[in-house]
Amino acid sequence: MPDALALTWRQYRLERRMFWRNPSAAFFNFVLPLLFLAAGGAILSGNQHDLNKLVPAIAGMSVMSTTFTALAYNIVFLRERGVLKRIRGTPLQTISYFGGVAGNAVTNTALQIAIVVLAGRVVFGIGWPGHWGELVVFVVAGVVCFAALGVAFAHAIPNFESTAAYVNAVFLPVVFISFFVFDSKSAPGFLRTIAEALPLKPLIDGLSGAMVTGSNLSSHLDALAVIGLWGAFGLYFAVRGFSWEQSRT
Amino acid sequence: MNDAVPAIEVRALHKRYGEYEAVRGIDIVVRRGEVFGLLGPNGAGKTTTVEILEGYRKRTSGEVSVLGHDPAGRSIELRRRIGIVLQSGGIYSHITPREALRHWASFYPHPREVEEVLALAGLEEQGDVRSRKLSGGQLRRLDFALALIGDPDLVFLDEPTTGFDPAARHAAWETVRSLRDLGKTILLTTHYLDEAQELADRVAIVKDGRVLAIGPPRELMAHPPGHPPGGTHYRVAYRDASGELVERQTDDPTRLLNELSGAALARGERLEELSVGRPTLEDVYLELTADA
Repeated sequence: MPDALALTWRQYRLERRMFWRNPSAAFFNFVLPLLFLAAGGAILSGNQHDLNKLVPAIAGMSVMSTTFTALAYNIVFLRERGVLKRIRGTPLQTISYFGGVAGNAVTNTALQIAIVVLAGRVVFGIGWPGHWGELVVFVVAGVVCFAALGVAFAHAIPNFESTAAYVNAVFLPVVFISFFVFDSKSAPGFLRTIAEALPLKPLIDGLSGAMVTGSNLSSHLDALAVIGLWGAFGLYFAVRGFSWEQSRT
Repeated sequence: MNDAVPAIEVRALHKRYGEYEAVRGIDIVVRRGEVFGLLGPNGAGKTTTVEILEGYRKRTSGEVSVLGHDPAGRSIELRRRIGIVLQSGGIYSHITPREALRHWASFYPHPREVEEVLALAGLEEQGDVRSRKLSGGQLRRLDFALALIGDPDLVFLDEPTTGFDPAARHAAWETVRSLRDLGKTILLTTHYLDEAQELADRVAIVKDGRVLAIGPPRELMAHPPGHPPGGTHYRVAYRDASGELVERQTDDPTRLLNELSGAALARGERLEELSVGRPTLEDVYLELTADA
């Protein structure tokens, strides 16, 4: 008798295979953050202070793009194409299906963080992360939070053609505000307030502590709380009102 | 499970979307091993009814039993025993039929052989082609294959041959007949009346959320609902001397033909394009569903 865990694993393997077969998705997942790193590194070359800011910022953005962006795209695509509805009619349990889908996203996040950490060590001279445990805690918290927000956000996207517009309308401003406030001490107060209340800036703070500054977890508990609150909000809306099929209107 | 228990039992089914009542009291019993056709114009409530039976929608009121289960409970046990061909169900762009069938097979306790199902669906040659490169007809056959891989007792076919060319339709009909020969129960919705006439043991004609007529196609054709009972209805048509097409209804074609041909011979004329036909399911359907 197929059990839920074995089916989760099978679904995960299928999602991985489908991921690698879609070259554009693979590109956005792996090449884009590397390009950001390369471009930023070239601009900031020789300025260790700024490089120390660049690497955790790109790591935070990677978490968001591999979970929030990728899942919002995926869920809308599979929903509009009728794949979700077809799966809904089989004995595959919801938990196994989403276990596989989420596992796929987490694998991409882990691979990207590994690439960024490696690049930080080899190319940007910031050494290995000082606090591996703290790094894991923040990556896991970021993954759960942004994955849930991505699935929840998919509900708001009416059709596949408009996915890019919807996702970028959230992703780009959040990234810009968070990067700016993280980097600049002179950011206006209201912008700082907004950035601190959104989940990306706290995530970058935590990653920065783990990877660069060496400040320990206890000094980033407020950041973790913000990520946790957004995560709870995301999970609630991800589950509530999840739509397995195209809206008929 | 007792064979005497019907595969599907629907009593006084109602479904309301806000103010709009899509299903207004449908009663249907589908016996085990039968091919049952659900016919009706767009918006008649067919798909809503079928999706309630498949567990996709919750009913507003009424009693529904599918293989002894309430589909609203969405039990895994029930889903292991049904196969669904949706009107438009998609598939991953980069998966091949063989991979999809292997993956789907893992959902079920006693799946059929992947190669056997590929052959049944006529996809032997496309087994390793990515789905984005398959034609519409081939994708539809993959829908069939995925619905059959779990070796279901009950198969839902929602407009299964829409968009098929005539040869593909006949091939699909053969597949449906072979399923019936295996003792499967099939609930078929279709726009094609000839398809229902060919395949269905019994049909229900649905309009405005109600069942207008139910029975074997042969009986509905012989005794159209709303006509006086007794006798089989025939339609006799011919072109008269002035070139006009004349159509007459009768339950005694022998007498009518004798009168017509006698009169024509007496006038020294011929009955051009003479035909004697029985109403098809399409005639019955059009008459029943015509707006008064």
